[in-house]
Amino acid sequence: MRRNTILTAIALLLLIGFIAVADNFFDLYIVRILNLCAIYTILGLSMNLINGFTGLFSLGHAGFMAVGAYVTALLTIPPDVKKQIFYMTPIMSPLDVMNLPFPLALLGGGLLTAFVAYLIGAPALKLKGDYLAIATLGFGEIIRVIFTNTQSITNGALGLKGIPNTTNLWWSFGTALFTLVVIASLINSSYGRALMAIREDEVAAESMGIHLAKHKNLSFIIGAFFAGIGGGLLGNLLGTIDPKMFTFTLTFNILLIIVLGGMGSLSGSVISAFVVTIANEWLRFLDEQINLGFVVIQGKVGTRMVVFSVLLMVVVLFYRHGLMGNRELTWDSLLNSKIWRGISARWRKTAVAEGGEK
Amino acid sequence: MTFDLFLQHLSNGISLGSLYALIAIGYTMVYGILRLINFAHGDIFMMATYFAFFGIVTFGIPWYITFPVILIITALLGMTVEATAYRPLRDAPKISILISAIGASFLLENLAIVLFGGVPKPFPTPEVFTDVVKIGTVSIQKLTFYIPVVTIVFLVGLTYLINKTKVGMAMRALSKDHETARVMGVNVNQIISLTFGIGSMLAAVGGIMWGLKFPQISPLMGVIPGMKCFIAAVIGGIGNIKGAVVGGFILGVGEILLVAFLPDLTGYRDAFAFVLLILILLYKPTGIMGEQIAEKV
Repeated sequence: MRRNTILTAIALLLLIGFIAVADNFFDLYIVRILNLCAIYTILGLSMNLINGFTGLFSLGHAGFMAVGAYVTALLTIPPDVKKQIFYMTPIMSPLDVMNLPFPLALLGGGLLTAFVAYLIGAPALKLKGDYLAIATLGFGEIIRVIFTNTQSITNGALGLKGIPNTTNLWWSFGTALFTLVVIASLINSSYGRALMAIREDEVAAESMGIHLAKHKNLSFIIGAFFAGIGGGLLGNLLGTIDPKMFTFTLTFNILLIIVLGGMGSLSGSVISAFVVTIANEWLRFLDEQINLGFVVIQGKVGTRMVVFSVLLMVVVLFYRHGLMGNRELTWDSLLNSKIWRGISARWRKTAVAEGGEK
Repeated sequence: MTFDLFLQHLSNGISLGSLYALIAIGYTMVYGILRLINFAHGDIFMMATYFAFFGIVTFGIPWYITFPVILIITALLGMTVEATAYRPLRDAPKISILISAIGASFLLENLAIVLFGGVPKPFPTPEVFTDVVKIGTVSIQKLTFYIPVVTIVFLVGLTYLINKTKVGMAMRALSKDHETARVMGVNVNQIISLTFGIGSMLAAVGGIMWGLKFPQISPLMGVIPGMKCFIAAVIGGIGNIKGAVVGGFILGVGEILLVAFLPDLTGYRDAFAFVLLILILLYKPTGIMGEQIAEKV
C-alpha cells in the first residue's frame, strides 16, 4: 500500500514536470494535440461511465458537449467581442454583459449540462438498449437544431468566435486527472458496484434492492457533467464553435475510444484516448497526400474516417473486449506483469553478477 | 390557407410519407427478426441513389433498365453488410452488435465520400416523372402520384410474401424464436440474409424515388431520412409491417403540415420526428400497432 502511494506520487510529479516542460518548450502543434488528448480522455471517461459501467447505450455525448461548450464560451467571451459576433441578431439581454472567470464558466457549463441530462434522463432512461441509443442520438440532433435556430443566444449557424483561448495543458490535464479521480472513486464505491450490477442484469439488480432509476440518473448526470466540462475545454481551446461541430461524428470518435480501450476500463479509456487522438492527427496525411518517397499519391478526404470505421468494426468483431476489457492498469498489475518481472529479473541478475565480480 | 394549397401540401405529405414507409419497412423487418436497429439502413438507401446515378449518368443506361438492376445490386449490398457486420456477432452481447452496426454505417458513409466525392451530385430525373399535372388550380408533379402507387404495389407483394409463402412463414417463425425455428428446419442465416436483401431492396425503391423527388444526392443524405424512418417504424410499432407504413404516413404528413401551418417552426423540422419518438416511447412504447411483449426473466 505504501509502495503504491509513493509510486503514485512519483508519477504525479513526473506528469507535472512533463506538463511544465511541454508548456514552455514544446511546439504549439504538439501542445494542441496533447490538449486534445487530455480533453478526449475526459470525454472517454465520462462516456465509459454511462456506457461501459452502467450499460446504458447512450449516444448523446456530442449534444452534452455542445451545451457545455456554448455555456462556457458565452460566459467567457468579453462583452465587447460579443457585440461584434452577434451582428445578425443582437444577443439576449442578461447574456451580453455576463462574464465569468474561466473556472466558474467551466463549472457553470458542466452544471447546466448536468441539468439538461437530468431533464432528458427522466423520460429517456426508462428506455432500454437500442431505444435508448436512438432517443439519445435524437437528443443530440435536437440540441443541434435548437442551437442553429436560437439566433439571439447561440448566434445560430454562424457560431461563436473569439472565445478566449484559456485552455492550456494545466487546465486540460488537471481536469482530466480530476475526472479520473472522481469517476474512479465513484466506480469503487457502493454506487459503482450498483451501477455495474445494473449493467450485468437489470432485473437481478433491482431484486437486490438497487433503485434503478436513481442509479441510472446518477451515472447519466455525472457522465453528462464531465462531457459538458470537456466540451467547454474544447471550445476554449479551439476559439470558435458552431453547431456543425457537434455532429454524430464526434460521438462516434468517443465511442471508438471506449470500445478500443475496453468498455468498463478507465485506464483503457485513458490509453485509447491518447492513441485515437494521436492517430487522428497522424492519419491526416490520408486525407491530404501520401508520400511514398518515389511517388506521391493524392489522398482523398474521408479516408481517415474509413480507417476509423474499419478499426471500430475490427475491434468489435474480433477483439470484443478491446485493449483492457474490464481490467484496470494498477501498480499491482503493472509490477506483476510478465514484462516488468522480466525486466526486474534481468536487473537483479546483472546486479548479482556485478556484485560477484567485485 | 386556401383549400387548394392545403391539398398541395397534403399530396406532398402523402408522397413523402410513402417514401418514409418504404424505408421504415426495412427497419421493421430486420428489427422483427434480429431485435436490432440496422443503423446502416439509411446508408444503404444512399448507396442505391448513387448506383442509380452512375447507371444513368455515367454509363448512359436508360432508367427503365437501370432501376430494376439497382434493386438487385442494393439487395446484394444489404446482404453483404449483414454477412460481414452482423452475422459474426449473432451470439454476442447486444451492445457489440449495435456498435458494429454504427461502424458499418460510418464505413458506408465515408466510403461514399472517398469514392464518390463529398460534393452533392444532381440526380437524373427522366421527364416521365417530373411532368406537371394541373387539377383545377393545384399543380402536382406526376411523381407525386407514382410514389404512393409504387409503394402500395411493393407493399402488397411483401404482404403476400410474408403471409402466403414458405419463406414468409420462416421469417415469421424466426421473429418468434430463433432456436425453435432452427429445430423446425429453418435455415436461420439464409432467412436473415434474405430479410436484409428484401429490406435493402425496398430502401433502393425508396432511394430512387427520393432522388427523383429531391434531385440532389450526397454521401450523408441517408442519415436524417434513416433516423426518421426508424422513428416511423417505432411509431407504428416496430416489427409490424403495417405499422411501419402507418408510422411513415403519420411522420410524412405531420412533418409537411407542421411546416405548412407553422412556418416559424421550419427550422425545427428535423427535430419534430425526435420529439414525436420520445413522446411515443413514453406513452405507448410498443407503438400504434405493436404487440405488447412481456419481459421474460
